[in-house]
Amino acid sequence: MAALVTLLGTGVLWWGSDGFVAFTAESARRAHILRAPRALPPALLEDQDGRAFSLHDYRGKLLAIEFIYTRCSTICRTLGMSFKQIRDRIPAQALGRDFALLTISFDTQSDDPARLKAYANAYGADGRDWRVARVPDAAQLKRLLDAFGIVVIPDGVGGFEHNAALHLLGRDGRLALIGDIDQPLAFADQAARW
Amino acid sequence: MVRRAALAVLYLALATPAARSWFEASMTGHMLLQIPLLTAIGVLSARLLPGHRQDRLLGVAGGALPCLLLALFVSTYWMLPRALDSALTHPLAEIAKFVSLPLLVGAPLGLAWKRLTLIGRGFVWTNFISMLAVLGWLYIAAPVRVCNNYLLDQQESAGWSMVKLSLLLFACWLGSFFFGAVGRTYGSDSKSETTRRSQRFPGS
Repeated sequence: MAALVTLLGTGVLWWGSDGFVAFTAESARRAHILRAPRALPPALLEDQDGRAFSLHDYRGKLLAIEFIYTRCSTICRTLGMSFKQIRDRIPAQALGRDFALLTISFDTQSDDPARLKAYANAYGADGRDWRVARVPDAAQLKRLLDAFGIVVIPDGVGGFEHNAALHLLGRDGRLALIGDIDQPLAFADQAARW
Repeated sequence: MVRRAALAVLYLALATPAARSWFEASMTGHMLLQIPLLTAIGVLSARLLPGHRQDRLLGVAGGALPCLLLALFVSTYWMLPRALDSALTHPLAEIAKFVSLPLLVGAPLGLAWKRLTLIGRGFVWTNFISMLAVLGWLYIAAPVRVCNNYLLDQQESAGWSMVKLSLLLFACWLGSFFFGAVGRTYGSDSKSETTRRSQRFPGS
């Protein structure tokens, strides 16, 4: 009986930690996506110039996505810098034709197109191959964040805390790779080989 | 009868959305209040069963060792940071938590405790206390958030609470060797155990 319990118990811990590898939800999220790229729910976005578009428009291209809010003074800076480095790393002929970047703000209320434009200018986003957008519909935003596995919580000083990462959508529109925000070049190189 | 009803009321109260969001608002509340309370409900429920019922359940389980192992594995699962996150984001996981902690951690512990000798109980306590201290230190020292649903300072504060709790439990456990409760006996004398039910000293 003790042996049976030990076997089952070890099995449950194995399952619960994806083979004793992923102890946090964030590492689990990243590992799952590699094994099974995830289809994303439809969402209408509005970019820094007020243009409406959807993720579907990027089918056939690789798309790097990150989630920010413009009032953020800490982690979203790193996110912006990382995207800048990725953009600079991707060969110029591939940019726009085969590879695009999209920064999405989850703070729909505060981040209107003007704020998104200011953010874009701060990091050198051209607004075409690298757009900065928001999701006007709250329900669509929630479904999108859930599909990505992004959890946004208030940080107690008027801002937000959220798990930040670099995401890559494959040419089929599925979320296929999640990388560390501190390793943009490695992410860019992986994307280049996709 | 009254004690069983009180336990049932406490359990239902903990399960209400208001209570859940209050406890789960901070990592400390979630890990060091809600989870131990759910486990304690399981322990006390098992201890309140009639003696022969307890013995029968213990027999079905195959003795004290499988019960302890079961409690160990299930409690370890709920110590994984992603388990806490899943309970906060998925209703099924929350239900699993509310069912597994009393039933698969608390109750087996409550059933097995009588059968443990002083050394056995000491083994369980010291392992638990040291695990709590190590986990607390890890949470204090971790440079990243281990839970998506909690802030870094909540994590740090939970870590400190765990370390302090482990020191307190250690002091109590040590103290129990010198200062016993009135009318308390050691060993597996089930009659005196059932009369000492209300005392929750470590080692009892």
